[in-house]
Amino acid sequence: MYTQAMDTAPKEERSALEDAALQQRFDARIDAGDFIEAKDWMPEHYRKTLVRQISQHAHSEIVGMLPEGNWITRAPTLKRKAILLAKVQDEGGHGLYLYAAAETLGTSRDQMIEALHSGRAKYSSIFNYPTLAWADVGVIGWLVDGAAIMNQVPLCRCSYAPYARAMVRICREESFHQRQGFDALYVMMTQGTDSQRAMVQDAVNRWWWPSLMMFGPPDSASTHSEQSMRWGIKRISNDDLRQKFVDACVDQARVLGVTLPDPDLKWNEARGHWDFGAIDWDEFWRVVGGDGPCNRERLAARVAAWEEGAWVREAAMAHQRKAVLKEKAA
Amino acid sequence: MTTPTLTSFAAPRGGAQGPSGSCAGPASASIALKPNEDARYVLRLADTCLIWSHRLAEWCGHAPVLEEDIALANHALDLLGQSRALLTHAGRLEGQGFDEDQLAYLRDERDFINVTLAELPNGATAGGRGDFAFTVLRNFVLSSWALLMWQHLAASRDAELAAIAGKAVKEARYHREHAADWVIRLGDGTEDSALRMQAALERLWPYTNELFDSDAVDRAAADSGLGPAWATLREAWLADVQDVLAQATLPMPPKSAYRSDAKRGMHTEHMGRLLAEMQVLQRNHPGGRW
Amino acid sequence: MSSEAKSEWPLWEVFVRSKAGLDHKHCGSLHAPDAKAAVQLAREVYTRRQEGTSIWVVRSDQIVASDPGDKDMYFDPMADKVYRHPTFYELPESVNHM
Repeated sequence: MYTQAMDTAPKEERSALEDAALQQRFDARIDAGDFIEAKDWMPEHYRKTLVRQISQHAHSEIVGMLPEGNWITRAPTLKRKAILLAKVQDEGGHGLYLYAAAETLGTSRDQMIEALHSGRAKYSSIFNYPTLAWADVGVIGWLVDGAAIMNQVPLCRCSYAPYARAMVRICREESFHQRQGFDALYVMMTQGTDSQRAMVQDAVNRWWWPSLMMFGPPDSASTHSEQSMRWGIKRISNDDLRQKFVDACVDQARVLGVTLPDPDLKWNEARGHWDFGAIDWDEFWRVVGGDGPCNRERLAARVAAWEEGAWVREAAMAHQRKAVLKEKAA
Repeated sequence: MTTPTLTSFAAPRGGAQGPSGSCAGPASASIALKPNEDARYVLRLADTCLIWSHRLAEWCGHAPVLEEDIALANHALDLLGQSRALLTHAGRLEGQGFDEDQLAYLRDERDFINVTLAELPNGATAGGRGDFAFTVLRNFVLSSWALLMWQHLAASRDAELAAIAGKAVKEARYHREHAADWVIRLGDGTEDSALRMQAALERLWPYTNELFDSDAVDRAAADSGLGPAWATLREAWLADVQDVLAQATLPMPPKSAYRSDAKRGMHTEHMGRLLAEMQVLQRNHPGGRW
Repeated sequence: MSSEAKSEWPLWEVFVRSKAGLDHKHCGSLHAPDAKAAVQLAREVYTRRQEGTSIWVVRSDQIVASDPGDKDMYFDPMADKVYRHPTFYELPESVNHM
């Protein structure tokens, strides 16, 4: 999900005999389901893949603060305002845990942020869509967090332990994110006005297909899954996760009383799953490639926050250096 | 899933209702308050916390550093919690039965009585995203004042107000310390940060007079034991501010003759925009449930 | 020092005791300019306003760690550091851009 468009990896050089032995030992540990810690030997490709995946997961959390953050000041009740503020804050916290996990692999927070701001690092495509109405907040909680949870639980058993531990912490905190979204929609649909119900349906119409795209390209088009799966970085295929998601959402949509915008949605008795319509992969690649509805705005907001905050970070360090000098002189 | 609380009936309880229990008439119309002095005293604090929290929440996703983004959100959440408790209590004191959401979302500007300092925008200019110097200075100045206020209110004759104060005083103590640390870091950081802090201090200072300007409302509160007269907090506050500004190597601004009056309903031009944004959904969906 | 390095905040490891009687447990890291900020931010990030916890923070580059168990593994020159964070290692100015 966080490396939806990963490039092909370079072939590993295995010249030294020691290297081969280490690789063998590493592979054995992986296959035995052992955890790899920060200081353990690991193949360079494993390290690079993890840095990329973890940092892009972190970037997704941080950029993900923006679409929902857009509605904090307009939250319609004080309770909803508190819930939304806490949720967006949680996403910031999750980004922080993930940056911390990535830093154990030899990169720094500043380097990762630079990669994001320069466009070299990606984040989940879903956050390049605009939140045009309050109901979008509830739909994001229901669909986007729902999709993220499906992806996250298996990562708690990822072979790289700092990432797995961060994921355990995140999953524990995630429990209220999807519920609060669903709850907000449920109240509007079952007790709200016609204008509120129309707002919810409109939000579902706009967010359904992008949510399905969150799971990434179809397995047939995915190049890296095998290696990532062996390493325990990725445990379930894109298509399988996507199907699981659709099946869960159909029932939930019925409870809400909303229609999913897919005329081809049909129960398939033979498969035991819901058949669904064709995803517009052109749209997916366009968004991943930088031309989604608000890619530029999202990145600009992050760059602005970072650059406008530079004087603050610098002043804090300058103060600290002065304090150290004063202590030495005392 | 818990049952949501009643929200946004425009008329007070017992008012006119349409056939199926839905609100008849102009449901998005503003509510009209008739607060007595006790309610007014509590509302000033409630509204200050509400509006200050709102300004802090604007930083979410845009702070200079991720750790501080989380800290500012915590501060905003604490203040929001305080405002909800105070609004609920003020609604009881006012007597018409308005709840926290009716008070926050259906009052007109003239009925909000926060201190002006709370409503000033975070940006140095109208277009700016946020001036962190101004934000931390405002946080320090208001937290120092709020801490003193809560310490006094913990001894209020009003049991509910005293209980709210008992919890809030711990939060305010932490808010004040965190903000003071930032004032010192930025005041005594780089030359650039010192200049920004001085400019922010000059912009903020004239609005501090209002925090200690007593009138009939708080004199009545002091007489009845509800809470302190605002003027009595000045000395302790000034000593705290002088101490922290000195550590921050920032000059004390000269005494200002400026008088601001949002706590009597006369706001700045910023309040209209703030409320338009804050109240838009309830105004656009009369009778809505959230 | 490059302007980026001037403003980069050091990394701290955070240990939290959630209840009296328990040990402090490592829960992650964060960036802070100084020790006092590190403790405050640890509270904000890792305990979210819970009462009665104890927090320890240590600068990551101050932690001394044992080697991984297997003696046949290769070791990094700074073998005692907790992990290979780029700012833990002082490089000559001429190659400091990496």
